[in-house]
Amino acid sequence: MDIDKKKLDTIIKKNGGERNRILAIYQDIQSEYRYLPKEAVQYVCGRLDIPLVKGFEVATFYKALSLKPKGKHSVCVCLGTACHLKGGPAILETFERELKVKRDDTTEDGMFSVDTVNCLGACALAPLVRVDGKDFGKTSPPTVKKIIKEFKHGA
Amino acid sequence: MIQSLDDLEKIKEDFAGRIKKYGKTVKICFGTGCVSSGSQAVYDGLVGALEKESLNKKVRVVKTGCHGFCEKGPIVVFNDDEIFYQSVGKKKIEEDIALLLDTIKNGKVADKLLYKSADKLKKFVSTKEIPFYAMQKKIVLDLNGAIDPEDIDEYIAHGGYSALQKALTAMTPDEVLDWVQKSGLRGRGGGGFSTGTKWKSCKDAHGGPKYIMANGDEGDPGAFMDRSLMEGNPGVILEGMIIGGYTIGSNQGYIYVRDEYPLAVKRLGIALEQAVKYGFLGKNIFNSGFDFDIKIVRGGGAFVCGESTALMSSLEGKSGEPRAKYVHTVEKGLWDKPSNLNNVETWACVPAIINRGWQWFASIGSEGSKGTKVFSLVGKVNNTGLIEVPMGTTLRQIIFDLGDGIQNNKEFKAVQTGGPSGGCIPKEYLDTAVDFDTLWELGSMMGSGGMIVMDDKNCMVDVARYFLKFLVEESCGKCVPCREGIRRMLEIVERICDGEGDEGDIAHLKELGRAVNIGSLCGLGQSASNPVLSTLRYFMDEYEAHIAHKKCPAGVCKPLINYTILDNCTGCTLCARECPSNCIIGDKKKPHTIDTKKCIKCGMCYEVCKFGAVNVV
Repeated sequence: MDIDKKKLDTIIKKNGGERNRILAIYQDIQSEYRYLPKEAVQYVCGRLDIPLVKGFEVATFYKALSLKPKGKHSVCVCLGTACHLKGGPAILETFERELKVKRDDTTEDGMFSVDTVNCLGACALAPLVRVDGKDFGKTSPPTVKKIIKEFKHGA
Repeated sequence: MIQSLDDLEKIKEDFAGRIKKYGKTVKICFGTGCVSSGSQAVYDGLVGALEKESLNKKVRVVKTGCHGFCEKGPIVVFNDDEIFYQSVGKKKIEEDIALLLDTIKNGKVADKLLYKSADKLKKFVSTKEIPFYAMQKKIVLDLNGAIDPEDIDEYIAHGGYSALQKALTAMTPDEVLDWVQKSGLRGRGGGGFSTGTKWKSCKDAHGGPKYIMANGDEGDPGAFMDRSLMEGNPGVILEGMIIGGYTIGSNQGYIYVRDEYPLAVKRLGIALEQAVKYGFLGKNIFNSGFDFDIKIVRGGGAFVCGESTALMSSLEGKSGEPRAKYVHTVEKGLWDKPSNLNNVETWACVPAIINRGWQWFASIGSEGSKGTKVFSLVGKVNNTGLIEVPMGTTLRQIIFDLGDGIQNNKEFKAVQTGGPSGGCIPKEYLDTAVDFDTLWELGSMMGSGGMIVMDDKNCMVDVARYFLKFLVEESCGKCVPCREGIRRMLEIVERICDGEGDEGDIAHLKELGRAVNIGSLCGLGQSASNPVLSTLRYFMDEYEAHIAHKKCPAGVCKPLINYTILDNCTGCTLCARECPSNCIIGDKKKPHTIDTKKCIKCGMCYEVCKFGAVNVV
């Protein structure tokens, strides 16, 4: 894909052009594009004189970064201990079944990405789901259907 | 710029003058839990209603940090904990806003919004009466829920930065160190290492510059103490770190915060900016000649980065892989320079020790563990949320008194502490006084303070499988025992859960577990088999039921269970309509049946049935 080099330069500059800030630079790029395009990784590595192998090592190590484009809506199912004990796996299965998509993947129409996280730290509201930054607490398989509807229609 | 005690006093007076014009204060909890439950709508509704009534100049509405009682959110508190309202606006928001207005205008207490005990027999007006709060002792969380975390003046008005002033102007670094050592403070991140000893080693280490780090990469599933602290009172963490920098002889600090905590990053950022503006950070702090700066760094969603050496790799801009600890961090840490890393909760204890003295801190807690500990009490307990109790409080007090027992009158089975490095503690040990050493003896550990309560519907083999799966995903892959060992252990436990376990599996698990613990490079691997070994130690009968009898007594492991419909089915057809595999058959108003061959055991029927007619066997 075509990347906006000016935009990337601004992000690099904002982070002081420091090599040790590469994770922060990637995160800023990801919040622009909703994923981390590999062209952007190549560009950043070139500018900061980081070997490509190192640049991609960091890009693939951290779960917060995705080299694959994400869906319009990002569903994040919490599978922390409290959520697991209170039915988190069934919540994930319901999303997978209803949206016909597997975890860590995006629906064919590009509407939803379904990911899991190992604790969002709102354990008192288990099982928890975060959709586009909005938290839904004490969910159950029936409420999952409602959540999907809300975002489908909102789109 | 604030340079003296008088300057601090001036801020206090100004703040008092600023809020004096308000007759009442209403505090609305803006912790992550209450925000998800809808506290923004309550805030907007109340502020709008006050404006309409022209009361907005008379009532101060404050957004505070976490109150701890997340289960009952959104929480609204009047004045100094005089009236405590829970679940405000959860059902009928307009009605509840009207009730809030009634309390503000006429002082009328709204029964509907009061907290009631689980048996509904008692109701409580003030926070001080509710057992969940009355039994706590707050040091770290003292100001959480009491102040606006985005207003440094309010923190100062409550004594904030007075410890920094005292340390920098009236104490030498050696004196501060002496106090921290004598206080008996031990690291709150999990290891429980003496904070004073760590500081001394870093202070004595040769070379420089030296670095200070705060670990806010709270990755243990089921734990959210650090998040609430960073969101609710970020100032106390900064203050502790600056004092630490002064003591150790460092001029640069880093706070490493989990990527999943955007609100914590935001609030820490605001607190940092305000501290710089007032001169608590920067050059010549309190005219003492001491300079200090702090940078906030976001993590990348990797659990292993909570490990000290991996955290430093990540700070250096590399992938977060741990390294061997032949050379200690205090001598060669960040960029190979002497470095001191403490958990954010540990840093938050420091200002209290300086303000109130080491003797006071050392008088709280148990023989070997001083002070208090914040726990996140979650799982199948009635009162879930965040609590702070003195070290040495028993598990029974925590779960049955503060926590008000097990949900739905079920039987307590175990409590899991220490996250993926900890273990499950059964009911025989409920009277154990909780501290670093006692939990260790039970085959678990304190960890960062997660306490996950389990009832008889939780399968312990499944819990072991859960943690192994977690660790397989989070292992960085650098060393073989961890990367391959945990994977093999997971395969065995998965087979057991699927009803395909063999007789030799238990011995095999124990052997592998030992090898992984001994052979791994970092703390993640060295403690990875604890969840398996502790469940084997206390719940062998459940493993045997899975292996020998192919049964899951708790009714969790799918291949070993079946869903059936009981005679009390009214034939409402709801389950049949919701069933994703269309395997529920029956006529309207007549009991239905499940075709077990087609059933995918998703549990949807169990969830939707309003008559409790779906059973797991």
